[in-house]
Amino acid sequence: MLEIKNLHVTVDGKEILKGIDLDIGAGEVHAIMGPNGSGKSTLSYVLAGRDGYEVTKGSVRFKGKDLLDMSVDERAAAGVFLAFQYPLEIPGVTTMNFLKTALNAQRKARGEEELDAVRFLKLVREKAKPLNVTDDMLKRALNVGYSGGEKKRAEVLQMSLLEPSLAVLDETDSGLDIDALKTVAEGVNALRSPERAMIVITHYQRLLDYIVPDVVHVLSNGRIVKTGGKELAHELEKSGYAGYGADAA
Amino acid sequence: MAAVKETVETVREAEKYKYGFFTDIESEKAPLGLTEDTVRFISAKKNEPAWLLEWRLDAFRRWLTLSEPTWAKVTYPPIDFQDAYYYSAPKQSAKLESLDEVDPKLLETYEKLGIPLTEQKMLAGVAVDAVFDSVSVVTTFKEKLAEAGVIFCPMSEAVKNHPELVKKYLGSVVPTSDNFYATLNSAVFSEGSFVYIPEGVRCPMELSTYFRINEAQTGQFERTLIIADKGSYVSYLEGCTAPQRDENQLHAAVVELVALEDAEIKYSTVQNWFPGDEDGKGGVYNFVTKRGDCRGKNSKISWTQVETGSAITWKYPSCILRGDNSRGEFYSIAISNGHQQVDSGTKMIHLGRNTSSRIISKGISAGQSSNTYRGLVSVHRKAENVRNFTQCDSLLIGDRCSAHTVPYIETKNPTAVLEHEATTSKISEDQLFYCMQRGIGEEEAVALIVNGFCRDVLQQLPMEFAVEAQKLVGISLEGSVG
Repeated sequence: MLEIKNLHVTVDGKEILKGIDLDIGAGEVHAIMGPNGSGKSTLSYVLAGRDGYEVTKGSVRFKGKDLLDMSVDERAAAGVFLAFQYPLEIPGVTTMNFLKTALNAQRKARGEEELDAVRFLKLVREKAKPLNVTDDMLKRALNVGYSGGEKKRAEVLQMSLLEPSLAVLDETDSGLDIDALKTVAEGVNALRSPERAMIVITHYQRLLDYIVPDVVHVLSNGRIVKTGGKELAHELEKSGYAGYGADAA
Repeated sequence: MAAVKETVETVREAEKYKYGFFTDIESEKAPLGLTEDTVRFISAKKNEPAWLLEWRLDAFRRWLTLSEPTWAKVTYPPIDFQDAYYYSAPKQSAKLESLDEVDPKLLETYEKLGIPLTEQKMLAGVAVDAVFDSVSVVTTFKEKLAEAGVIFCPMSEAVKNHPELVKKYLGSVVPTSDNFYATLNSAVFSEGSFVYIPEGVRCPMELSTYFRINEAQTGQFERTLIIADKGSYVSYLEGCTAPQRDENQLHAAVVELVALEDAEIKYSTVQNWFPGDEDGKGGVYNFVTKRGDCRGKNSKISWTQVETGSAITWKYPSCILRGDNSRGEFYSIAISNGHQQVDSGTKMIHLGRNTSSRIISKGISAGQSSNTYRGLVSVHRKAENVRNFTQCDSLLIGDRCSAHTVPYIETKNPTAVLEHEATTSKISEDQLFYCMQRGIGEEEAVALIVNGFCRDVLQQLPMEFAVEAQKLVGISLEGSVG
């Protein structure tokens, strides 16, 4: 599904990713762990197509297409979803309205029929319930005045509604207490499917107790320095990143 | 190109020039320029009574002694008021026969706005044929109003049929001596709407110039007068979301509202005149005086405006809160893009006791435009227990535009409680990226964020107007990013 080959990325003239190779198949969940400043978030932004992240070398193919050739919204419509570490506030725009605009924009881009208000409302309620997202939350402006847990739940709701083929979760555990973390992880696990790939980016092993990955990569100083199974995460928990040529985390 | 011309004629001129087709129209014009004779000519054409001619002439003489105001934050080349026609009426044959004759760009905009075909025809001034049944719509609406005793007609008709009302109220809110443009309007106004709601009547429908658009071609010096008698209510919608494409042109209208005891007037405007082209050429100069007088106790006047068009906007819909316990409201969205210049705001003049006012202004600047909020809250000596709340929010898109807030607050009574809040923000790259990552295109994302920013004001608009206004917000910001 996703093939990253020798990816080099600079930000403000500074090289952050220094040759990443990553191959993720449908149905797989890959965790990317690493200390602060190792390039984890840069990788997620490059995949989403954010401005200011310049690819100097390498390629990214997504479902056989050149991902780097597509605009941000085209990537989204093609099935790339990024759950933000810090979801943005959009004052005055209700969560409901935002979700509808996003879903219909993607459907339109794919040449599918747009959902009318009634069908949309039914769908969104169905998706919101297991995530404990109330009607009241849906009527409030997106992320405005949301607690940390509410923001992350709203991110998972968006993912659930937009049904991406590749979901990138950037530090989804940050700022969550254990109960909120469980709810979010349950939501994510419910979305695991043989057609969907996931990249879970995290600093701590804690999240991976709940979202158990198939493969774990250690990213350090812009390179993947080790790849292993889920047990690798536990190893890191004990020994830290110091053994991987990184500055102390 | 003369800066001042009759709207209709200029539209045709512009079409002829820009889009290559030719509409041969006959029209009756006053001689070029503005003299006492021009004023007499206009008054004679309209068969006006002597008192109104005198009223006009008095205004004209005053106008000669006035000079253009220069305090607004707008710049434009000097207007030659003598190089213009102040009266030009197209003859009947000038009506367009079908939509094929209408500027295709205009139609494109209608389409984006989702205005149905029948309405498109009415807006474009095309004679609507019976197939679309609009004639009956207009008739039904006239009957309904007549039943309620509501008078809603062109100003010239009101002068003929209801002279006592016109004489009593015309100029009673905006006197002929008020300001340069209002005085000019008083001398040469050619058309406009007149509304009278009798005592205790709740107007059975929203009144709109839209319904009248085909009856009388509105000139650019229109004069609107709305009187809500004791205990009555009316909601009036002005303008439509249709752009009138024309060359540089002066629009100097006057709107007067009078609310008597316990009466309420809600006046909504969506203004989308031609803002000029990409290089800032052309566009309407909009110098408008709008004022409401809460003359009676417990009366209320509410202005809601969505301003997206015009090259220059100079407009301050105001409330004189004369009656005790009266209330004034001003809700405004002013969007400027390209080279547009907006200097707009409101005045709340608190004269009566326990009067209150609320101002919510949302200014959005994009492109190379300049957007100024200018407002006055004034509390007079005898006005006890006045309350005012003002909120001015500015949103900037890009780094070549500017936003300015100029609030004046004067109080001569220590019991007044006045609040003023102001914010300035930019649409952040982060917000745009977030929206686009969800699949929303860049322009749609800007429209979404801006509509969110304007929500408090959009909610004040009548339902069907609000939907159009939301779409309009998107359209006016096209090309503002990227």
